[in-house]
Amino acid sequence: MSDARHDESDPTDSAGGTDGLADRLRDDLAGLDGYRVALYATILTMTVFFLTPIESGLVTAFKTNPEGISSTLPFAPPPPQFFTLEKWQTAMAALGRGMVNSALYAVPATILSALLGSFAAYGLTQADWRARYKAPVLTMLVAGIFIPYQAVLVPLSQFWGAMPLQELLTPLWVLGVPEAYTGLVELTITHVAYGIPICMVLFRSYYRNVSEEMIEAARLDGATFRRVYRRIVFPISTPMFAVVLIYQFTQIWNDLLFALILVSTESSPAAPVVLILAGLGESMEGQDFALRMAGAFIAALPTLIVYIMFGEEFAEGVAT
Amino acid sequence: MRDILSSVRQRLRRVARATRTSGDAGHGGEDGTEANGDDPALDDGAVVTDGGTTAGSDGFVDRLNDRFGDDFTESAPFWLPPFLLVGLFVYGAIAWNFVISLTDYQGFIGPDYSDLDFEMYVRAINDSAVIDATVNTFLLVVAFTAVALGFGLLLAILIDRNIRFENTFRTIYLLPMSLSFVVTAQFWLWMYNYNNGVVNIVLGTVGIGPISWIGNSSIVLWAVVFALVWQFSGYTMVVYLAGLRAIPTEHYEAARVDGASTLKMYWRVILPQLKGSTISAAIVLMVFALKAFDFLYSLVSGYRPPNGADILATKMVREAYSTNNWAYASAIAIILFLMALSIIGPYLYYEYKQGNL
Repeated sequence: MSDARHDESDPTDSAGGTDGLADRLRDDLAGLDGYRVALYATILTMTVFFLTPIESGLVTAFKTNPEGISSTLPFAPPPPQFFTLEKWQTAMAALGRGMVNSALYAVPATILSALLGSFAAYGLTQADWRARYKAPVLTMLVAGIFIPYQAVLVPLSQFWGAMPLQELLTPLWVLGVPEAYTGLVELTITHVAYGIPICMVLFRSYYRNVSEEMIEAARLDGATFRRVYRRIVFPISTPMFAVVLIYQFTQIWNDLLFALILVSTESSPAAPVVLILAGLGESMEGQDFALRMAGAFIAALPTLIVYIMFGEEFAEGVAT
Repeated sequence: MRDILSSVRQRLRRVARATRTSGDAGHGGEDGTEANGDDPALDDGAVVTDGGTTAGSDGFVDRLNDRFGDDFTESAPFWLPPFLLVGLFVYGAIAWNFVISLTDYQGFIGPDYSDLDFEMYVRAINDSAVIDATVNTFLLVVAFTAVALGFGLLLAILIDRNIRFENTFRTIYLLPMSLSFVVTAQFWLWMYNYNNGVVNIVLGTVGIGPISWIGNSSIVLWAVVFALVWQFSGYTMVVYLAGLRAIPTEHYEAARVDGASTLKMYWRVILPQLKGSTISAAIVLMVFALKAFDFLYSLVSGYRPPNGADILATKMVREAYSTNNWAYASAIAIILFLMALSIIGPYLYYEYKQGNL
């Protein structure tokens, strides 16, 4: 209980410079025990630790290369003579196309894998069939989360190489879409397939806690399995859909490996943003860190926005 | 008790279904039509044939349901398509990968499946680069998992001590996890920069360095581990926090009444109850560590990671996509897969025993 009262004397309140404040500070500190001070000091140190790489990147992105970068401290804001927005423009010009491409496959892949994950979870929790047969299906789906993707890469290239996807999508090319966009269709399907297991597990943990009575009653009233999903399970899944969509979007947007294998070159018109970013700053005028930092922030922007808006859901997604 | 209940339920449901079917009898007739009529779009082949062949009594669907359970056929449209997709892309691909690893496939001419042997595995065992990559993978996984677990636990305990702005701090600690490996690699490349990086400048104030973090082959792996810990300890913190919050307050109070110090209380009372959190967090961290490929690729913008930081994941991709040694790359992939399996297998078995599967 005494802990809770000590909370009132928060160090951030007393961070001031004038004399009156100094008195209050002394009073506050008298009320604080050493333990509380050490606790907050540690927490603030940790905050600095977690924010420094991001902060240093942000200020660097506004500095001129090489003068601004080499003559200022890496975590200090740029002084006026070294301030520039040019790096952001260059990075945006290089990454803009990639942002569109990433969105083109990340959004549909996210929605599809969430839907299919929800279907699978529903069919494996609320359906009444023998656990003896259900367990292997479930185990195989759960184990799918933990597969190192390297173990499927070569067959994946072979598979997409053998699929006549490019011919199937001919109408698109006729409409003037570059043929390299086949890669984005491949990426979508691939991400859906490998995203299902984690989505299934997230939905499953949720469906297990859904009141059985409600569904049982509906079933006894003669509602089909499909109708129960449409009328009861799907509507009450909304909070979990938020969690899964946010988590999946972040994962798919951030993934480099499949983009590298299926689209392969950053010069391709269909190159996702992470693929372009991985080569940015290296190819142009040596190691231009200001440009790299600006690029990193642009590429991270969608996931950062999602994270800042839906931090709670993201935390829930990773914790399950 | 539960058994009796569920068998009662099953019987009730059968009655409900029978009533429905007999009601339908006027329109359609057979048992199968009910399943068919309800979701024509989602039907699989088995059900359709049933509607045609078995008229009247005990249809194929019923026999399937008798064997596998009441809702087997009705729920199949839900779990079967995702299961088949995962089956094809995960298990089909792994099996195919194994077969490719037995061929001599390289270059641009397709694999020859007529001549299968374990030659690639023999080559891998005798390849010192593979041995080094295996050792590095092992070091990376173990060091990263252990440090991230310890650090995350510390963060969780700090956050759990009734602090102010708890949500803000938690959000900040978890923030790096929402970033791509490609993005964090850029940040850390700058942090580790020899002349102007934050790390060397901070260490310089206490008279250490400058150190070439990425260029020195005996340090680079630990520099990578440090960056990964930065990115993922927020994750362990969240898992541990959920675990801590699940412990009843009485346990803390009981420890206090017994006169245990804070440290002792955590060590004796709280830590043992976090076993489940530790295991699941450790598994996920190991998987993240195996995915460190993205990070290492982005550090150098290429297939060859800095000297001393080559892991199996990067070695495999390099063999396949840089030098086109497909069969050899597949063999390395199988080795990596077996390493992952040796961790996941026992974990899934443990979860199964705990009744979580």
